[in-house]
Amino acid sequence: MTVTVERSARAVGKGTARKPPRGPRDSYALFLLPGGLAFLAIIVLPFVMNTYVSFTDWQGVGSPEWSGLANYRELMDDAEFWASFRHSLFMVVAMAAIPTALGLVLAAALFDYVGKHFGSRTAAVLRACFYLPQVLPIAVAGIVWSWILAPDNGSLNALLKAIGLGSWQQDWLGDPDLALYSVMGVMVWVQLGFPLVVFMAGLQRVDPQLYEAAELDGAGWWRRFRHITLPQIRPEIYVVLTWCSIAALKVFGAVYVLTKGGPGGATDVPSYFSFTTFFEKTQVGYGAAISTVLTVIILALSLIGLRLQERTDP
Amino acid sequence: MTTALRRYPVLIALCLAALFMVVPFLIVTVNAFKSPTEYAQNGPLSLPDGLYTTGIKDFWERVDFGRKLFNSVLISGSVAVLAVILSVLNAYAIGIGRIRGRTWVLAFFVLANMLPQEALVYPVYYLSKQVGLYDTRLSVIIVFTVIQAAFGTYLLSAVLGQFPREILEAARIDGANKWQVLWRIVVPVSRPTLGVLLVFFFIWTWNEFLLPLVMLISNDNQTVSVALGVLQGQRLMDATMTNAAALLGVLPAIVFFLVFQRTLTRGIAVGAVK
Repeated sequence: MTVTVERSARAVGKGTARKPPRGPRDSYALFLLPGGLAFLAIIVLPFVMNTYVSFTDWQGVGSPEWSGLANYRELMDDAEFWASFRHSLFMVVAMAAIPTALGLVLAAALFDYVGKHFGSRTAAVLRACFYLPQVLPIAVAGIVWSWILAPDNGSLNALLKAIGLGSWQQDWLGDPDLALYSVMGVMVWVQLGFPLVVFMAGLQRVDPQLYEAAELDGAGWWRRFRHITLPQIRPEIYVVLTWCSIAALKVFGAVYVLTKGGPGGATDVPSYFSFTTFFEKTQVGYGAAISTVLTVIILALSLIGLRLQERTDP
Repeated sequence: MTTALRRYPVLIALCLAALFMVVPFLIVTVNAFKSPTEYAQNGPLSLPDGLYTTGIKDFWERVDFGRKLFNSVLISGSVAVLAVILSVLNAYAIGIGRIRGRTWVLAFFVLANMLPQEALVYPVYYLSKQVGLYDTRLSVIIVFTVIQAAFGTYLLSAVLGQFPREILEAARIDGANKWQVLWRIVVPVSRPTLGVLLVFFFIWTWNEFLLPLVMLISNDNQTVSVALGVLQGQRLMDATMTNAAALLGVLPAIVFFLVFQRTLTRGIAVGAVK
């Protein structure tokens, strides 16, 4: 698609008087050829296919039968579908809202207090501790946590017992009322390092004189945080919120490993819901409709995020 | 000075929070070296009596972990190299060549980067079966090369857009063609950024789960992530085995982390803000 656009643009461009700086600059388009073709085959074609299939009735064999909006109409009445998107909102809280808020406070504290009073090395070591879960494959993080949260002999329950809070023991991932919150807790742990690292990098470009002046004027930590830190790293905050919300909508591995969407659908999310619809129920048309809705939401969110970012650019 | 009094509590609170982040790693390491009877008797919180390594060895052999490691390294390594090459070619056309319609081309790559894999997974699965690439490591390498290159193109185009024009002009006056300018000047000069991309692509691909889970069904082709995730999903592991699995899964991540720490923390900031 892109390649043809380039070609036609080039054909039009030749006749006009707009002079290229040196040589025919559109021969650079040749460098885009391998990438363009690969994208057509691996991303555009499957995406178009998926969208088409979402308007059909298809079990993965034979040819898809056109059914118009039937899948989407069914989705509207599907309680499981609505539940999965409601759980997505919880994931946005756990993976975007909480990590951003915590990350801001931690980044400011590490940068402002620890970095200044105890040296940047201490700050770097602490930052590394917070970032560590981010490099862990989500499948492995899931194994670690499902064992820690296990009802019998899990570390958390053993710890509660050891400190005399035995009555607080729970089946953290097996109780339908608790499972979603347990998964959310794990996701906060996984995600926290990302905002922290981005915010600490952002703080580095804030003029230290601003802080010094504010301090001389008698502004306390909270006021400096509110009136200097927050406005200065607003671009980073938007980037982090957008990225993390998108990541939250795409959550799959953690749910697959921790709960498989259970118990009783209590932790089902759109991504896992579409996966089971595709590969376990083999209702490919219906699964494609779920993933198309997810795509539309994610693309809308991305555009909003990009717009916000652009507005903050001076 | 009030700040002097206040700064220690802040430091202590931060250290406790940091400890909470690291505790799962410590507790897994401790328990991976316990024998099943010891675990049953003393629970997960005690220190091990001795170094019991049979659990880890058994697990290694049972899942053929060496093979999984090899698959992960092969897939992640190939994807990292190929995706960087593809990103460089794309970004050269967009950032330095400034081809017409580049804003649209770039917007296209950004959107491709945002697309959820759920919207690609079934057609990719179906098409790979049609062309006979299903359940091969090659199929996963191809798909992730393109997916990672979407991000790489976006990032590198911005970086190359700022490339000092004088250097390019000088090379052209010396008679270098576009191909030579790319390989002899642009690539060497942007090596730090390319290094960051290489590391990120490697680790991201290493950690990928959904597509490899769907595409690699036979034991011989699975990656570390998929093999461990599937085992966990089957709920067949006892506590000691789970810990052995977790430790073996955690170790490569820690190694990458120690090796690439600086690149990672610096690079993520580059990636986030253009």
